[in-house]
Amino acid sequence: MTVKPGPIPCSEAVRQLWDYLDQAVSEEDQEKVEEHLSFCRRCCGELEFAKELRGFLASQGAEELPPHVRARLERFVDDL
Amino acid sequence: MFEVQDRTRESFQRLASAELPAMYWLARRLVRDGAEDLVQEALLRAYRSFGTLRQDAAAGPWLKRILVNVFRDQLRRQARSVEELPVDQVEDFSLYQTLIEQDPLPYSDTLHHDYLRAFAREDVREVLLRLPELYRAPLVLRYMDGFATKEIARLLDVPLGTVLARLHRGRKRFEQELWAYAQETGLLLKGTVQ
Repeated sequence: MTVKPGPIPCSEAVRQLWDYLDQAVSEEDQEKVEEHLSFCRRCCGELEFAKELRGFLASQGAEELPPHVRARLERFVDDL
Repeated sequence: MFEVQDRTRESFQRLASAELPAMYWLARRLVRDGAEDLVQEALLRAYRSFGTLRQDAAAGPWLKRILVNVFRDQLRRQARSVEELPVDQVEDFSLYQTLIEQDPLPYSDTLHHDYLRAFAREDVREVLLRLPELYRAPLVLRYMDGFATKEIARLLDVPLGTVLARLHRGRKRFEQELWAYAQETGLLLKGTVQ
């Protein structure tokens, strides 16, 4: 008979949250994280914040170049 | 069957010009000084190997990969050794929990969201630049430029497990520095939070 291990502690769940969102954890670890999230309100908050922080980082993408930078780099490309 | 691609100088100039903003902002996140030099070196390398680009549609990621290669080579030349952070030094910090405990925006109903919104693009860059390159580069490539972890491992020439460990520590360190930066600069007192 196999004994099912108990739920993982908050520290372990929080450590795995970003990898969990990345779907970079094993199926077994995914189940452990989800089991923990099913009863831990604080870690659900950590999960929502991790999603927010990921969105925040992704939103820092490219925008228009400052004109002097664009001029210099385009001149460089033209001279290739 | 592959379409025959135009690999003339003019074709390179057209493709590269369209990708200049993405290359420049990536370079600005990777290095404090010399972002333009990094882009120029990458453009030069890319032009020399333009014939290896199979599809025009892949020009963006291709140019970014070359830029990361140039960045990696620069780091190697500088040969600065940066010590890995001990796990327990970063492990315990939670920005989520710190914000709840310290409540720096007492009138906010969406504390965590508003806290992040206080950071302008340049503030985020300053916070990133506080991280050693060891941790900054994987963080930038994964979460800001969308590279897969396996590809980051290949680009930075380190094992996948090392990338995953550095991403974990980099995220924790980034959270710590987001908190420290706002405290040190009085960011939340500047009236930037609406």
